[in-house]
Amino acid sequence: MADLPTTTTYLETSQQDDTGVPSPTINTRGRFLLRHERTPQFVQPAHMSSGPSGGGGENTLYFVLVGATCLAGGAYAYSTLVGDRERYQQRITEIESRSSKPAAEPSTPAKTQPETAAQAVSEPTEASEPASAAASTAVEPTHAPYLLIGGGTASFAAARSIRARDPGARVLIVTEEDDLPYMRPPLSKELWFSDDPTVTETLRFKQWNGKERSIYFQPSSFYVSPTELESVENGGVAVLTGRKVMHMDVRGNKVKLSDGTEISYDKCLIATGGIPRNLQVIERAGDEVMKRTTLFRKIEDFKALEKVSRELKSITIIGGGFLGSELACALGRRSADLGLEVVQMFPEKGNMGKVLPEYLSNWTTDKVKKEGVKVLTEAVVKNVTYKEGKVEIKLKDGRVVKTDHVVAAVGLEPSVELAKSAGLEIDSDFGGFRVNAELQARSNIWVAGDAACFYDIKLGRRRVEHHDHAVVSGRLAGENMTGARKPYWHQSMFWSDLGPDVGYEAIGIVDSSLPTVGVFAKATAKDTPKAATEQSGTGIRSESETEAVAGSVAVGKAAPTPPPQQKEDYGKGVIFYLRDKVVVGIVLWNVFNRMPIARKIIKDGEEHADLNEVAKLFNIHEE
Amino acid sequence: MSYCKQEGKDQIIFVTKEDHEAPSNAELVEDDPNDPYEDHGLILPNGDINWNCPCLGGMASGPCGQQFKDAFSCFHNSKEEVKGSECIDFFRGMQECMQKYPELYPQEDDNESAPSGEAEAEAVLPADSTSSDSVSASVPTSEEVASGTESPATS
Repeated sequence: MADLPTTTTYLETSQQDDTGVPSPTINTRGRFLLRHERTPQFVQPAHMSSGPSGGGGENTLYFVLVGATCLAGGAYAYSTLVGDRERYQQRITEIESRSSKPAAEPSTPAKTQPETAAQAVSEPTEASEPASAAASTAVEPTHAPYLLIGGGTASFAAARSIRARDPGARVLIVTEEDDLPYMRPPLSKELWFSDDPTVTETLRFKQWNGKERSIYFQPSSFYVSPTELESVENGGVAVLTGRKVMHMDVRGNKVKLSDGTEISYDKCLIATGGIPRNLQVIERAGDEVMKRTTLFRKIEDFKALEKVSRELKSITIIGGGFLGSELACALGRRSADLGLEVVQMFPEKGNMGKVLPEYLSNWTTDKVKKEGVKVLTEAVVKNVTYKEGKVEIKLKDGRVVKTDHVVAAVGLEPSVELAKSAGLEIDSDFGGFRVNAELQARSNIWVAGDAACFYDIKLGRRRVEHHDHAVVSGRLAGENMTGARKPYWHQSMFWSDLGPDVGYEAIGIVDSSLPTVGVFAKATAKDTPKAATEQSGTGIRSESETEAVAGSVAVGKAAPTPPPQQKEDYGKGVIFYLRDKVVVGIVLWNVFNRMPIARKIIKDGEEHADLNEVAKLFNIHEE
Repeated sequence: MSYCKQEGKDQIIFVTKEDHEAPSNAELVEDDPNDPYEDHGLILPNGDINWNCPCLGGMASGPCGQQFKDAFSCFHNSKEEVKGSECIDFFRGMQECMQKYPELYPQEDDNESAPSGEAEAEAVLPADSTSSDSVSASVPTSEEVASGTESPATS
């Protein structure tokens, strides 16, 4: 579909030319395109954009339209033919490989294969799902009472919630990934700290408390097979992997998958998450650069980057936010052992520059450097080329970085492709599907996770891209899908660790452009993320929030702390983010197990005259 | 001695332990225990069990979810002297179901938790299990729940 945008651009710019808006900047591109397209024989010089639409203007427009349509049509036909051949080959190889694999369920013979291969759109399905062996709908469910689009954290949390509240519920998850639902945070943290050389296969990580777990929320035995979903006695959760929902018919309450299957639903959750953004300069840089670029999000990206880190000599991470900084620290720790150079560059002045106030961002950057990372701040990429076996990154200020591999961690683009066919609203400020405070887009459609732009009663409309939010919103969506009718109320949190000595938890709107008040004490050896999880017995920080009962506060025993010195060491403390004098965000800096208090303060939404008094509630000097 | 400085729009305060010893005079809004929007713990205000409590992990939602709910409801409502003594059949049913899914419900003798693949809270069976395949864990009987999967609570 790469041709459509270009066609639209042609149309838009040429429309702009005819509307009589004489703006050179806006129409420059339009004029260029027109000029390359054809010689403007009928154009009256210098009056094209503002003249009355006469014979000259109209004809040019007509030729442009026809020419562009032919081009687009030809390109589409070509790509379809090529694609078809490829897909047919893929199908055939897949069938052959499948026949040699033992199937848990008898799969129907592949009688529909030749038909589907001939269709314009078809995708090879995951062989491990016996139900999806044949694309025939006789085997797979054609109706799901609860249909969850997307197989990530929000979707899984919703499935669990639905099953807990609706006895015997039959839940169908449809995901375009090949994997069962898994959690993402370890992909940029714990998995990198593992000593196990087979970690890329097992995907198990050892938590700080010594306990091991898989990144998969549940092993495959938790799920029922899609073929059994409609019949199994007490219902269950089934996952259709390797299928993308391409079209959503809201009036008819059904979706169409990439292999042509149609599934109707009673209630639907859209939890499609997003895809990593890329830099335009990289997209334009050509295949050699793109081959050496990772957009990090999924398990396969982790595996690929892990391999790269062992085989290549230099990796550059572009982006200074959560993902970029975490990956930089993870790779930085390995850099000495692997003989790997790790570079991180970003436009801000310091790591987490959009999240932490400047003084803290600078302090954090120093810590990141200590993890072995070469940090380039205030770095804006001008262009990227492949030269003499190296990827060469040129910055706007003239600095040049030569590296073997690039990781782009420059944000997430929410996946809202279904909005068009479904007729759902997209938010123009934050992106994502626009939903109300109860996460509803329509009476029987909910959206949760990264893709949901929702109304937060306390903090206003927002879209949150954190793991705990996916859990909380997924759970809430599941509750509302089973009749709870509750708004988003329990504020989700997030956390980040930059190495074992610096970690923080945060909640609410944590935006460095807001005025902040930070209250600090000096950190002792006991105030590290490692110690925190050891004490609370949790492995992944979010669990201490979502797996425990809301309201319980684990305040540890007091330990003797040496009095803080007068120098500026931001060892541990609390930072309040204010909007119109009300605390809307809190960062707990190397202070753990205090999240319930922070949540309470945000929920109250009060104006506090002295934030030092509020800080006292956190007992920052204690364990 | 604490001190304070301003860096642009950001204020920074350093405090000693002594500075924070006096109790806070910050006012917090009183919570409504019957707030319909709030997440509740294991037990809802009306006395029912909150099956969606994160503390239960995936117990109520997995393949043996129905058996778990039956057993635990019976236990919860039990007024017998030995709580849950009349629920043996339900627990047996739950155990049988769980034995079919060893990956999800590892058959461990000791009270250690954390089946590989799950980091959930689990349920302690009343002392009736004679088989060596008892699944053990901790049932949260109060609002204070140890997060994760640690030591069993006494029932």
